Amino acid sequence: MSVAETSMQRDRAQTIYEKSKPGRRAAALPEAGVPARPLSELIPERLLRTEPPRLPEIAEPEIVRHYNRLSRRNFDLDTGFYPLGSCTMKHNPRLNERVAALPGHARLHPAQEPVRAQGALELMYLLQESLAEICGLPHVSLQPSAGSHGELAGLLLTRAYHADRGEDRHLVLTPDTAHGTNPASVTMAGYEVVKVATNERGGVEMDDLREKVSEDVACLMLTNPNTLGLFDENIEEIASLIHEAGGTLYYDGANLNAVMGQSRPGDTGFDIVHLNLHKSFSQPHGGGGPGAGPIAVSERIEPYLPRPQVVRRDGSNGSGPLYELDHDRPKSIGRLRGFQGNFGVFVRSYAYILSLGGDGLAEASETAVLNANYLKQRLAEGRAGEHLPVAFDRHCMHEFVLSGAPMKKRLGIKTLDLAKRLLDFGFHPPTVYFPLLVDEALMIEPTETETKETLDFFAEVVEQILAEAEEEPEIARGAPYSTPVRRLDEVRATRQPVVRQPL
Amino acid sequence: MTRYTSATDSDRREMLAAIGVEGTAELFEQIPERLRLGRPLAIPDGMGEAEVFERLAALAGRNRHAESEVCFIGAGMYDHYVPAIVDAITQRSEFLTPYTPYQPEISQGGLQVMFEFQTAMSELTGLPVSNAGLYEGPSSVASAGYLAMGATGRQRVVSRGVHPHSRETLATYSAGFGAEVEEVGLDGGLTDAAALVRAVNGETAAVFLQSPNFLGAVEDVEALGEAAREHGALLVVAVDPMTLGVLRPPGEMGADIALGEGQPLGNRLDFGGPSFGFFCAKEEHLRRMPGRIAGETEDVDGRRGFVLALQTREQHIRREKATHNICTAQALNALAGMVHLAWLGREGFRELGELLVQRTAYARERLAGVQGVSLLHEAPVAREFALELDAPVDAVLDMCADRGIAAGYPLGREYPEHENGLLVAITERRTKEQIDRLAEALEEAIFQSGSVGATAGAAP
Repeated sequence: MSVAETSMQRDRAQTIYEKSKPGRRAAALPEAGVPARPLSELIPERLLRTEPPRLPEIAEPEIVRHYNRLSRRNFDLDTGFYPLGSCTMKHNPRLNERVAALPGHARLHPAQEPVRAQGALELMYLLQESLAEICGLPHVSLQPSAGSHGELAGLLLTRAYHADRGEDRHLVLTPDTAHGTNPASVTMAGYEVVKVATNERGGVEMDDLREKVSEDVACLMLTNPNTLGLFDENIEEIASLIHEAGGTLYYDGANLNAVMGQSRPGDTGFDIVHLNLHKSFSQPHGGGGPGAGPIAVSERIEPYLPRPQVVRRDGSNGSGPLYELDHDRPKSIGRLRGFQGNFGVFVRSYAYILSLGGDGLAEASETAVLNANYLKQRLAEGRAGEHLPVAFDRHCMHEFVLSGAPMKKRLGIKTLDLAKRLLDFGFHPPTVYFPLLVDEALMIEPTETETKETLDFFAEVVEQILAEAEEEPEIARGAPYSTPVRRLDEVRATRQPVVRQPL
Repeated sequence: MTRYTSATDSDRREMLAAIGVEGTAELFEQIPERLRLGRPLAIPDGMGEAEVFERLAALAGRNRHAESEVCFIGAGMYDHYVPAIVDAITQRSEFLTPYTPYQPEISQGGLQVMFEFQTAMSELTGLPVSNAGLYEGPSSVASAGYLAMGATGRQRVVSRGVHPHSRETLATYSAGFGAEVEEVGLDGGLTDAAALVRAVNGETAAVFLQSPNFLGAVEDVEALGEAAREHGALLVVAVDPMTLGVLRPPGEMGADIALGEGQPLGNRLDFGGPSFGFFCAKEEHLRRMPGRIAGETEDVDGRRGFVLALQTREQHIRREKATHNICTAQALNALAGMVHLAWLGREGFRELGELLVQRTAYARERLAGVQGVSLLHEAPVAREFALELDAPVDAVLDMCADRGIAAGYPLGREYPEHENGLLVAITERRTKEQIDRLAEALEEAIFQSGSVGATAGAAP
């Protein structure tokens, strides 16, 4: 298909360094206001820089224009539907941005004495309490910076727990549907991954699990509902198998948005849970961070939690409670990062929890599950039902997985082509080619914040793309056409990497 | 409370009918009954927007912050002025609300920012390659320890001048991947060169330095790095990016990896996060780097474009064989850093660095002249320096706080050998007048609390 070049496409990428001209500047700095001394008198010459770094020289109006124009080359959640499976692209309330920006939060130094940061520590404590209740586990550490950081924390906790009991275990079980971060975290924690198969209902294959459970198993990491969007029907038996063998049970909370106020991993027997505050708790994703990955743990894991831990001490002589940072934790695995964690994210997520309340969180999960099942049903009709069958045909939780294998075979377009064609219709595509066990997978998570009309329109567009592909499959194969750039050569970027601007 | 959702009762009825169920309870039947919560969460009901705002504003109001007092605390995070355009740009929906740029055709803005950021960090550190950002500083140090798994030795040697949080995080991670961490002490505020030479041997995979170090002292990285080079160990140097307009970049002094905490660049204090970490290296380490890396390429029509490069290092492709588990780039925080750097520009960045050095020199001399205050070390400094107080530091800090000044970071927490040590940080926001006020406050506080010697028992 040949189409005219759009104005955005005509506007070729130019970096800020290419807009630089010597003598231009934006910054207006204060005078030092102190007696000036030659630098070399203060710092030995050999430790001084001779040439300043070649940062761009550009005035403020052009900096603003440059980044505003760049922003228009991004698709974003505020603009359109973003059904990216396992990523929980729900609305990011602006109230949360406002409260996070209050000077008492934004300009609070992390090394402020705890007595002069009581509001922040209380907020962290209250968030810990809320997350503990949501998870059904008694203790929370907010320190991990992201989901994968929480995973690493959980595995290091597992290591410390076993070591404390004098046990040397070296295997970690993960289902073959697990997020890629799980096995990567396992390796970083010095463990070896053992994959467990998936059964025909989309859950853990119990015979395979029984075969692989042994006294060498340190931990089982599970996402529940899993990446197929299905709640494991055998979860109780799985939990008892692992516990009987002496292992810990780890819950990857990436999919918690399905079960808030509905079911709690702690009640199921999980020992360690990580939560993605940037998924279920509305922290904006920021184009790839920041997030936060707090962990909730059972009593037996608590002694090993990272340092420091926010604690509440009852006040003396009728004064109010005092919140402190407890560093005196002799069995702790230690720090996972600097200071107390991503506090700005905690403020946003706590604002979200206050806004929804316990009832609203349960309703959010209920609506997320309703939306997912409705969209799954819409996509089971017409051409989508024919060419994109659902991988496991049962009610789903907050997301579901379709297989593009029949589409590829009959229409000659791959899941990637469908994804790229969706871009021309103003949608972010679903997660593609994951989970790995589904051929040509499309993983779709609509979240609770989308309207029925949006879901209907998405289903109609998929139908339209498939109809188009029946006639002219090359259209999808060449898509997208309307985006700022078209399909990019990713192989070249890996084989001959150019990772900075030559200056 | 229903919030941020749109499903009306009639929507629900239509959707349930389409699915073919009576109610949503049927959808949740896949959860074994015993595992359904069956009661409301013990979390109060939702609140209106104004109420939530008031509740959080009340909590924020109980913190003493850099707008309600004069902040001389540093220790890794600094109260720099964040230019207004940083807020304006980072709050744009198009940067605030997308996911990681997995679909490059509709993520060119974010990917190009990463590419520009990588270029800037590479320029700052004097090393050819940079990633697009890591969580923050100390965990970046720990990640370098993991990268060194590619080397043969198991041992990591770390200077006591490296941020205590970085040293502890390195130890936490190392317990997982099975490395040993050995610490080398300080002498006169600087890494003890002779002790470093003794500690490094054929088993050493990496040597970790920080400059300026935690006590503010500018290290001679080139000379210290000799020990690493001699034994083929990686030289990892943590740096404060705000000093790199003035200080010689680690890449010119033999560093294999330069990394650090990015907060001073465009990021607010936020009680410690979110910010970003940066990670730059020699070319030969590119394929072992942690984190996202943007790369330049072309589209099918030959247009210039950007993608996530070298994804074959990453966990979503390589799973257990990935170079790291990290999949966040702190993209929004790195954008803030990039916009701040563009605003400062080549000249402004150098000027700001010089301003910090000049004001720091003034502050150091002024405070060292106060009765009961002496320099903890006399090594050269750039933007932070350490003092020894002749009085209990906690009492002095409390008295300064009463006068609206956060006087600095008490070193005794992390360095028991400096029980009454005080670390004082300078930014462009700390004026000469504020430095003079700090001097007066310190003088009075030390006078009032009495010298350490006097409280130990001598006559009043």
